[in-house]
Amino acid sequence: MATIETTTERPIGFGRLKRKEDARFIRGKGTYLDDIRLPGMLHGAVLRSPYAHAKIISIDTSAALEHPGVHAVITAKDLETLGLAWMPTISYDTQAVLAGDKVRFQGQEVAFVIADDEYIARDALALIDVDYDPLPVVVNARKALDADAPLIRDDKDGQSDNLASPLWEAGDGEATDRAFAEADTIVTRDIIYPRCHPAPLETCGMIADFNPKTGQLDIYNGNQAPNAHRTVYAHVAGLAEHMIRIRCNDIGGGFGNKVPVYPGYVCAIAGSIVAGVPIKWIEDRSENLMSTGFARDYIMHAEMCSKDGRITGLRVDVIADHGAFDSTAQPTKFPAGFFHIVCGSYDLQAAHVQVKAVYTNKAPGGVAYRCSFRITEAVYLVERMVDALALEMKVDPVQLRMRSFIAPDQFPYETTTGWTYDSGNYAATMHEAMRIAGYDELRREQAEKRARGELMGIGTSFFTEGVGAGPRKHMDILGLAMNDGADLRVHPSGKAMVSISAQTQGQGHETTFAQIVAEELGIPPEDVQVRHGDTDRTPYGLGTYGSRSTPVSGAAVAVVSRKVRDRARLIAATMLETRAEDLAWEKGRWYVKGDPEKGAMIEEIAAYAYSGEAMPEGMEGALDAQVIYDPPNLTYPCGAYIAVVDVDPDTAAVTVRRFIAVDDCGVRINPMIVEGQIHGGLAEGIGIALMEVITFDDEGNCLNGSFMDYLIPTALECPDFELGETVTPCPHHPLGAKGVGESPNVGSPPAIVNAIIDALHETHGVSHVDMPCTPARVWAAMQGRPEPPQ
Amino acid sequence: MEVTLTINGERVSRDVEPRQLLVHFIRSTPGLTGTHWGCDTSNCGACVVLMDDKPIKSCTTLAAMCTGHEIRTVESLERGGQLDPVQMGFHEKHGLHCGFCTPGMLMTARALLDENPNPTEEEIRTAISGQICRCTGYKNIVSAVRWAAEHEAAIKQEA
Amino acid sequence: MQTPGPFEYERATSVEGAIASLAEHGPEARLIAGGHSLLPMMKLRLASPEHLIDINDLELSYIEERMTEIRIGALTRHSELLESDVLATRFPVFGDAEQVIADPVVRNRGTLGGSLCQADAAEDLSAVCAALKATVVIKGPNGERTVGMDGFYLGPFTTAVGADEMLTEVRLPLRQGAGSAHEKVERRAGDFAIAAVSAAVWLQGGTIADAGIALAALGPATIIASRAEELLRGKAPSDELFAQAGEIAAEDSAPLADGRGPVDYKRHLAGVLTTRALRRAAARALQQEVH
Repeated sequence: MATIETTTERPIGFGRLKRKEDARFIRGKGTYLDDIRLPGMLHGAVLRSPYAHAKIISIDTSAALEHPGVHAVITAKDLETLGLAWMPTISYDTQAVLAGDKVRFQGQEVAFVIADDEYIARDALALIDVDYDPLPVVVNARKALDADAPLIRDDKDGQSDNLASPLWEAGDGEATDRAFAEADTIVTRDIIYPRCHPAPLETCGMIADFNPKTGQLDIYNGNQAPNAHRTVYAHVAGLAEHMIRIRCNDIGGGFGNKVPVYPGYVCAIAGSIVAGVPIKWIEDRSENLMSTGFARDYIMHAEMCSKDGRITGLRVDVIADHGAFDSTAQPTKFPAGFFHIVCGSYDLQAAHVQVKAVYTNKAPGGVAYRCSFRITEAVYLVERMVDALALEMKVDPVQLRMRSFIAPDQFPYETTTGWTYDSGNYAATMHEAMRIAGYDELRREQAEKRARGELMGIGTSFFTEGVGAGPRKHMDILGLAMNDGADLRVHPSGKAMVSISAQTQGQGHETTFAQIVAEELGIPPEDVQVRHGDTDRTPYGLGTYGSRSTPVSGAAVAVVSRKVRDRARLIAATMLETRAEDLAWEKGRWYVKGDPEKGAMIEEIAAYAYSGEAMPEGMEGALDAQVIYDPPNLTYPCGAYIAVVDVDPDTAAVTVRRFIAVDDCGVRINPMIVEGQIHGGLAEGIGIALMEVITFDDEGNCLNGSFMDYLIPTALECPDFELGETVTPCPHHPLGAKGVGESPNVGSPPAIVNAIIDALHETHGVSHVDMPCTPARVWAAMQGRPEPPQ
Repeated sequence: MEVTLTINGERVSRDVEPRQLLVHFIRSTPGLTGTHWGCDTSNCGACVVLMDDKPIKSCTTLAAMCTGHEIRTVESLERGGQLDPVQMGFHEKHGLHCGFCTPGMLMTARALLDENPNPTEEEIRTAISGQICRCTGYKNIVSAVRWAAEHEAAIKQEA
Repeated sequence: MQTPGPFEYERATSVEGAIASLAEHGPEARLIAGGHSLLPMMKLRLASPEHLIDINDLELSYIEERMTEIRIGALTRHSELLESDVLATRFPVFGDAEQVIADPVVRNRGTLGGSLCQADAAEDLSAVCAALKATVVIKGPNGERTVGMDGFYLGPFTTAVGADEMLTEVRLPLRQGAGSAHEKVERRAGDFAIAAVSAAVWLQGGTIADAGIALAALGPATIIASRAEELLRGKAPSDELFAQAGEIAAEDSAPLADGRGPVDYKRHLAGVLTTRALRRAAARALQQEVH
């Protein structure tokens, strides 16, 4: 390679290390699902319902079966014989794999074709004749519990309405009533967080390869929790878990979209079991948007109050639209996820939250898209309410936040809804954002522009979120504890391999986890191989979502590295003929205190461990360790974000001119990767705030089922993000790190919407507008009649 | 029908249906799965390759339409073990996360620098505005292309 | 990814050959040029022609400046229209529009002829050509004819080009004192217009000798705002005049509500964008730039 001036930083440990995984991706040599071809492989395609709610009278597959190149057409009847027509969901509901009695959302899976190639499979779909009898539809969550609403889940015994999950509460209702009774100022808002979609660039799919001779099921599947999926398939398909192997290879983005088990996966597995050959199924983009796990869709009613200039109380009532099946993904004891972190970053007197979930004739899902288990919804709500309260109190919204923040000496802080925040210095983080933004200068500019009829807005948000689920006594998914493992082996040559259960979909794990080992053991990152994405060769764990890789797997790798280091100490003591207490550590080496020339490097200790030399009493001849990490708590990153927008006074088009993000995610293992994660989430936040939405008409037709109508920001909609940092280490994490993947999605939409309202409040009296803030919606707000999305 | 394309300087012949899209023709060629697809409506740009040195969306072109033209994919960028400056730039500046949009971005960046060796940030953003990245937020992609622009001459000299 | 149904494919080697093939295969035959309107529809199975005639080899890609008109070949790509110095000088409305049509990659393939013949009401180039009072050349089995833009659109997705005919050229009349501009509002870069307006004025002796105003995405097909054009003729350019013209254009728009916006917002945009486009067109005619 040319000796051109490049980044020379090559830290052994934390730092801005360039990524090891880049090597294959920049050459186009990644192995994504559709890149894999197996001998004898056939292709699957799913026939989907055009109706949102309809009885299935009959399915005629004869013409499809006769089409050249078609091998099989599977329907619910075929799956029933395998016990696979329905599958359990993460929320302890059931979901149809292929619809039998009726279809319950547009895009629902009805039949599965297996053919020679994807072109023929698609042709065959058109030849399947389904006779539907349409039923009344309900797509408005507010109407789902009306007396005359059609019953969607008549498949469930005892289900007489569209309630998906009983009322869930947090906080103290009485104390909250008292706070409101004592308040100076109260504001009320109806705020919607509309349905949107993670839409990773690579759609979902699977290759299922069942070997009838051996009973081995090999699965290739980009999913964010391969170990958990393996356990689910064993349970659902009645297969032996030790005979299932899931390999993820490279995944083209996840963002929570690749957490659930989808009907297409079960069909591919069933198809392979029946046909005895590999079956590849990959959805197209419209299938991805119309049927896979969407995000958000929270209809919220909130009141917030203040006394003596400080925020004192919050009351929130939520209708959660879960779609036709309850397949939201969150820890069992938290059916509304972590929404009750809606108490926010403020030292409240009291708060009360209640959430009820309903079924509607729409695709199932709700927890996805970097939401930290509903924290995106919670922070959006609280940060919009803080601005609403500031408007009512006629105070600067930043000042209201500053006066109401939890103070640094109050940590660990127990919130009114049961969270224990670990650490933070909120005012410092907020000040840093204001400094980078030049807040006072921006306010001056705004005043000048307003005098000329130009509309500019400055919006703030401050968030505290909780990530890194979680402690096994509180947090499980489908009964599987949310703990993650790490195995570390140091080879005789001193090179190492660390196997982890986290599952990267672009987060740079092959680099950052090597950096953790490097930091703890002094083995250079290029000498540490990170093994992941293969359930046969990695420890058990619950995977990557909810920003948990650093808090949980990162901690596991730190702990396992320290175990190896401690073993190395004992071996070094034997090598150096001294006592372990007499040794001190410098990165890569144990040495004798007081005689630093006398020491043993980690490579030497490894070589010794595998040689025939005598080991310390009771220790086996290897240099390795295994750990399953049980986090003692979540970690609580925070951040202060400031958006600067310009609104065209005539067309109402919104431009995000600047975006300042100051994140406090504790210690940063690789700042370059942390910043990259933040950039990406901010772009997604711009999309959600301005253009991304999944809507339906009254018949339940999905109106945003392609990238022509599900709009994702391009490079032209994203400003040059300005980042800053404060560092408040996590007191309970071995590295002091907190995790950051979802923070930008959590913090950015409220900052943008607050900015838009800030631009329009004085001149047009706008006090609320719901996302997405498209030109049409902003214009309607400017005319004095903002409309909610549905 | 027999379709013969010139891909990365080599002739590739295959008997395909007229409806075979260029992206599938490329991806069925051994070693050429670097060109991806991500949507149904020509919006995402994961499929971008160069035809006669200009970026095109290979999902919206029939393979048959490309006979007589030069197709270049991401696999053509590295020559004789030497990475192209755009590839180096993406690595230097962390211009990729999951890597799925990266081949298309690299090809557009290459074509841009061939036509405009010193593009502004605005010109880079415009050039890639037909291609979606869900991971990076684009900032580092812009930096990567700027890095390539700034270092290209020196890299060529060294090589 | 979605894939098209099966069809036959041929490469045309001449205009006459393409036309003959259209006649031979009847309504199941379609011409394909850039393919960025047709192929997406075929992949979604919204269109299923049985016979595609690829016309990309035909020599219909040119921008020729003549004495009284500019002639543009139907196969001229969007990117070529954007980069053309001739058009930048004579009709900067093309540059305005091309910068906001689709995206740079799609613009390497999509063609002028394809855009006009797709007849999507949201097509920017349709509005551009209508405002510039273009005529199009249509070749068929019985020879060649010309049609003015005011007679080109017969309804939604329907043009004057017959099933066995091909649009081969667009002719833009050259007159003194021209200025032109295109204004568009979209939800995101590359999206179809929520509303767009092309405006052209020809100034003589300080007054507007002629005006062309065409609305895109503001009705079932491209709308020529003739009443607004009529208001301008013979008058001196002024902000008030252009605001009035905007109001009339808004009245004569016929927007449909859809995912991009409701009727009242689109109608509002018709007025705003007409006024903005006229101001910039007039400024260009006077050889000053507003922006």
